[in-house]
Amino acid sequence: MTSIDESDKEKLRSVSVDLNNDTALLIDIPDALCERDKVKFTVHTKTTLTSFQKPDFSVPRQHEDFIWLHDALVETEDYAGLIIPPAPPKPDFESPRDKMHKLGEGESTMTKEEYTKMKQELEAEYLAVFKKTVQVHEVFLQRLSSHPVLSKDRNFQIFLEYDQDLSVRRKNAKEMFGGFFKNMVKSADEVLISGIKEVDDFFEQEKTFLLDYYSKIKDSTAKAEKMTRSHKNIADDYIHISATLNSLCAEDSTPNKKNLEKLSDLFERLRKVEGRVASDQELKLTELLRYYMRDIQAAKDLLYRRARALVDYENSNKALDKARLKSKDIPQAEEHQRQCLQKFDKLSESAKKELTSFKGRRVVAFRKNLIEMAELEIKHAKNNVALLQGCVDLLKNN
Amino acid sequence: MASSADRNPPPFPASEEPQPELSDMAEGDSDEGEDIFVSNSHPASVSRGVSQPEEPADLFSEEATTTAKPNGVHSDDDDLFAEAQADLSSDPSSDSTRKDLSSSSGPPSARSPAALQPTSLEQVPPLTKLLRNPQTPAGNHLHRHLRLPVPICHVLFLFKPKCLNCFGFRFCINVALCVAAGRRRGQGYFRCGCCCHQPRESRRWDECICGLQSIHQGVYFKALMFNSGCEVLCSHSPSFPRVLLQTSLPMFKSKAFTARRRFSDFLGLYEKLSAKQSLHGCIIPPPPEKSVVGMTKVKVGMDDPSSVEFVEKRRAALERYLQRIVSHPLLLQDPDVREFLERDDLPRAVNTQALSGAGFLKMITKASDAVSKMTIKMNESDTWFEDKFQEVDMEEQQLRKLHAVVDSLVNHRKELCMNTAVFAKSMAMLGNSEDNTALSRALSQLAEVEDKMEQLHQEQAGSDFFIFAELLADYIRLLGAVRGCFDQRVRAWQRWQEAQSTLQKKREAEAKLLWANKPDKLQQAKEEIAEWEAKVTQYERDFDRIGMTVRKEVLRFEKEKAKDFKSQIIKYLEAMLQSQQRLIKFWEAFLPEAKAIA
Repeated sequence: MTSIDESDKEKLRSVSVDLNNDTALLIDIPDALCERDKVKFTVHTKTTLTSFQKPDFSVPRQHEDFIWLHDALVETEDYAGLIIPPAPPKPDFESPRDKMHKLGEGESTMTKEEYTKMKQELEAEYLAVFKKTVQVHEVFLQRLSSHPVLSKDRNFQIFLEYDQDLSVRRKNAKEMFGGFFKNMVKSADEVLISGIKEVDDFFEQEKTFLLDYYSKIKDSTAKAEKMTRSHKNIADDYIHISATLNSLCAEDSTPNKKNLEKLSDLFERLRKVEGRVASDQELKLTELLRYYMRDIQAAKDLLYRRARALVDYENSNKALDKARLKSKDIPQAEEHQRQCLQKFDKLSESAKKELTSFKGRRVVAFRKNLIEMAELEIKHAKNNVALLQGCVDLLKNN
Repeated sequence: MASSADRNPPPFPASEEPQPELSDMAEGDSDEGEDIFVSNSHPASVSRGVSQPEEPADLFSEEATTTAKPNGVHSDDDDLFAEAQADLSSDPSSDSTRKDLSSSSGPPSARSPAALQPTSLEQVPPLTKLLRNPQTPAGNHLHRHLRLPVPICHVLFLFKPKCLNCFGFRFCINVALCVAAGRRRGQGYFRCGCCCHQPRESRRWDECICGLQSIHQGVYFKALMFNSGCEVLCSHSPSFPRVLLQTSLPMFKSKAFTARRRFSDFLGLYEKLSAKQSLHGCIIPPPPEKSVVGMTKVKVGMDDPSSVEFVEKRRAALERYLQRIVSHPLLLQDPDVREFLERDDLPRAVNTQALSGAGFLKMITKASDAVSKMTIKMNESDTWFEDKFQEVDMEEQQLRKLHAVVDSLVNHRKELCMNTAVFAKSMAMLGNSEDNTALSRALSQLAEVEDKMEQLHQEQAGSDFFIFAELLADYIRLLGAVRGCFDQRVRAWQRWQEAQSTLQKKREAEAKLLWANKPDKLQQAKEEIAEWEAKVTQYERDFDRIGMTVRKEVLRFEKEKAKDFKSQIIKYLEAMLQSQQRLIKFWEAFLPEAKAIA
């Protein structure tokens, strides 16, 4: 059972620019409980809008509720021209739990202090994962609330307001399979549609750019993850070194004892810095890449929907021509065609707006994160330098 | 000496010429400078051909007053040049054991012949003049040599003298491993004795990144000759290291000389020293272990970085091994050690091979020793020994654990290195496909920074391994040697006890004979008793002596260990410190780029 507080979250809000600008609707997740596998978020809303019953209220929500909301928005026809913010990923405590398990198994081989230190490290990691997942959920809601159209969605309001348990029906097996099948069809469709000739230069450019960028950013995310994992391994090794040095100099009576003591002390401090380097890198770099990978996927989905609409429009044109040839059902065909055209135009217009604002958002977020990462690296390296210099001086003066 | 000029390094003029100009070359490192370049006019006492060991006090005073090694310096130069010439002329692909130094006839043409004449009082031109002398394109010789695609060469050990509080000399093996394959690929690798691996850049020797310039300043003059990087030679046959020694001790015949030694020679030296009775009780440093895998890879000629690393590791280990031997006062006096260092051609030490007759004999004696240790418990009168033994045991265990952890650290750092490199490439591609120009530039810059970080991590992993892990490995072996000393003492005790019991038996036999009244055998018995009495006294004396030696040795060992650890730890931390400082620079350079994103 862990919970977080406000001040920590401020620091966590890294990936997207501060979205809580619009005072009309302020959402945050001040509290979260973690029991076993489930995480219960407390969604707190402050609003001046009259559409809500109360100006200030909180509801408990689970991860599945967020997914339900996301799916509901995706399925709404009206929002076809918008980039739907990507759904938050499922909370994943797999990795720290595995490590905790391994630590428990290896307990006998380690000294007491080493064990407690490793345990502390793992608990810190657990907490970090927890904080990350809360932040990701919060950002999802905040993006919705700051979007002019999506914030007015009825489902969204229900999500925020309904006190009882939403009891979102978990997808049963058939629906899961259906969802899976739909995805397959969609990707096949995408391939077909990417062959469609694009009428608008802007979209043509966007499509190629997004496709290319997506694959690259996916690759980068994976590599960044591996890199941060190596960093963490090194920090763990420092713990072991420090502990072994401690036990070495505990029984040492030779003049070497002092040297070893100082070294062990140094490593203990170094590993804290290394650990922080690893986690900061994870937060600023890896998370940034991961988030924008999902966002680009959402943008790609938008393009797909637009392409679909274009295909529909072209099909309707062909149907109209056929109807004209056969001189049958012409008004329906014309109506159908007009509708398709309208839909397509609307989509294109809103898509254009969305994509341009997405670009801007992305650049700003990258800038912020890269600056913060560079500053943190410098700060930690300076810490390291101070520690090392101190130890060297101590050793030399002795 | 002149007759052996062909084989030995060219003989030195017996007198030491004052060469004060040289002292300004070695600014940074005061004691080295003093050793090499400070000249004092006390030539007569230090001469070749005198092989009496002297009291330490005398040596010290001698050190202070004698010149160190301008000639040594010379001979080094000459020697190297001679080598170079020899290499040029010899068949590059042969795996010869000894390059023919007949090229003493062909010294660097630029060197004035007068400089080589072994006249006792002639002034040899100061080294700096030689180097700056345009007629002495010292660098060019080797430079030309370097340009040749020599596939084979030899590892060069260069010793340099050390500070005054030691016995007068110690080694600093400086290996320039120029991997010929690396040169084919267009990168030369420059290794300096501090085991940092630098790619060859336009870096002068004293700008060694590892910051350990002081060690190299002693060989600064050599560096000048070797262009940038001392990339003389690479090693395809690392079993033939050259050992170059500079000394001011009179017991050695010349002041600085080289010798070529195989790895088995080092092992042979250890065997000889261990077998000596007179050294019983002394802690004899053990040599590095054999490694079938490593050697096979090198012999096969694979040029991957792991075999290069293996050679470097072995070279550094052998250097430390020899340094420990000569810093031990007793071992230094030993004629075997002197022979190892001086003699041209050592008989091949075949008894170090695992499958030889001697090898089997060793195994059998080891087994019997282990058995006897288990069966006979020593009656310990002095608890100091027992306590110390326990301590040593515990320490060895802990060191082993620590070594395992440090090994894992090295591996993780290498992993980080790889991952960072891969990430950098991926980031570069991302930057390419980014359409916002400022962001694209920033991402490419980030990729470059990560690339530089990869290099940093690589160096750090090298430092982790060569400084920290090897230190621990060395001391694990040394502690084993310490335990060996204790075992020797126990064996001495056993011998004494056995002699006593034999004496007892003889006395009983004599008493019986006396009673049985056999006068002829009585005489023999009396003789035997006298003999055994003498043996008993001698063994008792031996046992006491060994006890004292072991005590002294252990204390000395502990002091040395503390010093060694301290200096290595400082070295390690300073390397880490430097790498962190460079990290700061890299990120600080990146920050404005990130801020410039619009």
